[in-house]
Amino acid sequence: MVYVELKNVEKSFDDLEVLKGISLTVNEGEVVSIIGPSGSGKSTLLRLATLLEPWQKGELYYMGEPAVTMQNGYSVYEKPAQLKEIKKDFGLVFQNFNLFPHKTVLQNVSEAPIHVQKREKDVVRKEAMELLDKMGLSDKADYYPSQLSGGQQQRVAIARALALNPKVLYFDEPTSALDPELTGEVLKVIKALAEQKMTMVIVTHEMEFARNISDRIIFMDKGVVAASGTPEEVFNSDNTRMKEFLGKLSHA
Amino acid sequence: MSFPVMLSELSEGMLKSVGIFVLTLIFSLPLGLVVAFGRMSKNKIVSGIIGFLISILRGTPLMLQLLVVYFFPYYLFGWSIGGWRFPAIIVGFSINYAAYFAEIYRSGIEAIPKGQHEAAQILGYTKVQTFFRIILPQVIKIILPAITNEIITLVKDTSLAFSLSYMEMFTIAKQIAAANTTFMPFVVSAVFYYVFNFVVAFVMRRMEKRMAYY
Repeated sequence: MVYVELKNVEKSFDDLEVLKGISLTVNEGEVVSIIGPSGSGKSTLLRLATLLEPWQKGELYYMGEPAVTMQNGYSVYEKPAQLKEIKKDFGLVFQNFNLFPHKTVLQNVSEAPIHVQKREKDVVRKEAMELLDKMGLSDKADYYPSQLSGGQQQRVAIARALALNPKVLYFDEPTSALDPELTGEVLKVIKALAEQKMTMVIVTHEMEFARNISDRIIFMDKGVVAASGTPEEVFNSDNTRMKEFLGKLSHA
Repeated sequence: MSFPVMLSELSEGMLKSVGIFVLTLIFSLPLGLVVAFGRMSKNKIVSGIIGFLISILRGTPLMLQLLVVYFFPYYLFGWSIGGWRFPAIIVGFSINYAAYFAEIYRSGIEAIPKGQHEAAQILGYTKVQTFFRIILPQVIKIILPAITNEIITLVKDTSLAFSLSYMEMFTIAKQIAAANTTFMPFVVSAVFYYVFNFVVAFVMRRMEKRMAYY
């Protein structure tokens, strides 16, 4: 089943064309990594898919249901009620975590299910504790985010997103704010999710990681998809820009 | 006039000063939040008008504003203003302080990183939930020292009610001083104001400490 479909997405900031007609389909259980140089539009694409950024041109579907469609050459949003339903389908893990600093780890994970989904407090807390346990953070439940390392904070953020049971989980450079050691512990968690067939779209600069866990890789450059396919296809592609990008990486 | 009599008269005035203080806070703190939203409105006309009002309220003396609020029903509509004295004081103080509080709220709200709003949006919080559950608690922590400043100023500003001949402490102190050619009432009222503010500062400090959990 197709979980996410983006069609011909175009986006400009003033005169700067960031996305020039990108299409992307994500299937159930698939792990798709989006790689590419800074400024290539990866994060913007993610922010459009999660409805954080206003749409200009293009269409968006979740589970076959429209969220944004084209009318007279411009994107038009579905009704708020429909969008509200669609927003339940996805979660997002931010580069800089964006945990709520005034809430404990457990509150960060459990409050959205309680206040947004209106689920039973005791059940939610129990599930939240299980999630934290999976993240190796059960002993940190009563800590505040500022008392945790970056890697721990990011794992809390992942737990917070998972607590709402999204069908698709987006990651926006989840390890870019972390040192190599902390990066490792976060990647381990994402890898475990991939093994459980969680549908994920990951914007990342961790090439080896993307290569290892992805079913499909999208290489973006200057607002277009320059190469895409299985990790092997993309990493061995003849695309000069891709070679350049990877070459620069290995010399860095 | 004996010292105990003076003290009891001043205490009565003190109660009225406290009345102005409490009522002003009750009205101006929430009103300030509403004004802050108007000031931050995406509607340029709304934010422009509110911005202009704030600049008038901050740019002219409170004493003058009290006189305007008190007398305008009479001069504009010819209404009788008997019984309007105390309400006028509360209205004048509340509007003036709301303007200051609004700018403090705005500074705090704008200090919250955009990522907090985005995280809440992704988690499905409504705008109202986002504000009251995520943004406001963080704002309060940021603005508490600035609010304390304003509240301390308000304690002293209550004396401006003398401009409408309202019998708060400072008005009484002046009368006693004039009638008995003594400086003593001023000394006593100074002590009153100081003790009042000492308590205010203590309470606010406690609140700051309670907010220091993260």
